[in-house]
Amino acid sequence: MLLDFEKPIVELEAKLAEMKKLASQNGMNVEEATMLLEQRIIALKTETYQNLTRWQRVQLSRHADRPYTLDYIEQITDDFIELHGDRNVADDKAMIGGLAAIEGKTFMLIGQQKGRNTKQRQYRNFGMPNPEGYRKALRLMKVAEKFNKPIVTFIDTPGAFPGIEAEERGQGEAIARNLKEMFMLKVPVICIIIGEGASGGALGIAIGDRVFMLENTWYSVISPESCSSILWRSWDYKEQAAEALKLTAPDMMKFNLIDGIIKEPLGGAHTAIPTIAAEVKRVILETCATLEQLTPAQRIEQRIDKFCKMGVVNR
Amino acid sequence: MSWFNRQEKGITTPTTEKKDTPNGLWYKTPNGNIIHVRELKNNVYVCPEDNHHARIGSKEYFEILFDNNEYTEIAAEMYAADPLAFTDSKPYSRRIKETQAKSGLKDALRAASGKMSGMEITVACMDFDFIGGSMGAVVGEKIAMAIDHARQHKTPMVIISRSGGARMMEAGFSLMQMAKTSAKLALLAEEGLPYISLMTDPTTGGVTASYAMLGDFNIAEPEALIGFAGPRVIRETIGKDLPKGFQTAEFVQEHGFLDFIVDRRLLKNTLTRLLKLLHN
Repeated sequence: MLLDFEKPIVELEAKLAEMKKLASQNGMNVEEATMLLEQRIIALKTETYQNLTRWQRVQLSRHADRPYTLDYIEQITDDFIELHGDRNVADDKAMIGGLAAIEGKTFMLIGQQKGRNTKQRQYRNFGMPNPEGYRKALRLMKVAEKFNKPIVTFIDTPGAFPGIEAEERGQGEAIARNLKEMFMLKVPVICIIIGEGASGGALGIAIGDRVFMLENTWYSVISPESCSSILWRSWDYKEQAAEALKLTAPDMMKFNLIDGIIKEPLGGAHTAIPTIAAEVKRVILETCATLEQLTPAQRIEQRIDKFCKMGVVNR
Repeated sequence: MSWFNRQEKGITTPTTEKKDTPNGLWYKTPNGNIIHVRELKNNVYVCPEDNHHARIGSKEYFEILFDNNEYTEIAAEMYAADPLAFTDSKPYSRRIKETQAKSGLKDALRAASGKMSGMEITVACMDFDFIGGSMGAVVGEKIAMAIDHARQHKTPMVIISRSGGARMMEAGFSLMQMAKTSAKLALLAEEGLPYISLMTDPTTGGVTASYAMLGDFNIAEPEALIGFAGPRVIRETIGKDLPKGFQTAEFVQEHGFLDFIVDRRLLKNTLTRLLKLLHN
């Protein structure tokens, strides 16, 4: 699956591969031509990815090949034991978690999980957790706190699931409780938006000492599509809505609503998964080391102060 | 002195002091009962025929709760900024000004402290008339200040919610108000001060998913719509009609998320009894 703005690049890359193949078959010297083409590709890539519109970043955040939570876990951990269930009603497949070792250090990793094909997508409920997902996440955070293990959350959701059972089981209450409880966690909490950060469904696991966004992700109070349908009363204004919401990592950083941006490889995270995973791993380890310099009371105080400063008003 | 001389001056109430009543002289409840607005008002905006609770705002709730309607407002002048320079069909800054002029309100929440049945309390109350009671930075900041006031003066905290959810025009900023208000409630809980959350019609979205559901006591008005996702969104997602009574206060209580439902006519009395039981 290619996005519109990926097509010209992929076409050039195909041309280059073709040229190289022909050259090696016929023993022709095409060095100069391939070099020119390679330069053109880099120029086009740079041009494209440095000037992405906000909507294009939203598209990248949802790219079918984009790495999901389990991809990062596979890439960055030496060991991982998945832990299931909220000890209440069910095991939510859209929210996963477990204990993991990264470079020999134990972490509790928690995140929303999307599926890659139709069957998996249904199994993972498109990354939309039910209340039991948020309660499972909180349960695992409490386990981490009990055994003094730092927590990393991976945020990638189009929203908390809007369904009948979700309402019956208290979707609002589940998210609200997480927000309140996460502020009081004694262990370091690092949150990383790896794809979509849609509203309360994202925030429900995103109260951290440090909140990072990958370069091509979005994080806001509503998706551009839903915003378009409500404010413009039509689904056709998603590009405008994305612009108006200022939902990209650079936007959120500028407003001090996040703590950092994790740079993606040129072309997006999906074009070089080991590279982006290594970068994510580096950020986790470095950030955790910094946070562990503080006492639990200091972390909690700073965590609360940081979020309490967010918001601009006229007094 | 002739007996028909006017003894008092004419109408001296300034416009801002005038009571906000449902439009027109007569009010029709969703069940079709027609009631004179004066009668409705004298009955704390509850229709005596069918117990329908008309939508009221901070002014009315303050009058209901505070003794002699005496209270000190917190950050009364605060109003919204437009950090994103947000524009949909019109610029957000203009929408704010127009709504202020129309509603006589600064934003979608007012906070105040005062006495209820002789007990000091702090109340934050949402106003649905202001952009659907949506939660932006002003709502979040005023709640934060009200909770700080409650912590400082060791008073119970009451938040009355009536909201469509977060305010889209403040995007990321409005989302973070959910975090901010929850953080402050965590601090309030540390102090052992009671927090009562009253949900009224409607309470949905980011408000439900933050302070509205975090009460030591979650209570609601009868038949209030309470939920995370709105009914329309759920219907579109699942492609089915919703069961009768879905997301009403009664439904939410039945599923275990409300302590009780309170008739508005008994609100002050019930809150007083509850706080006295805690205090004894």
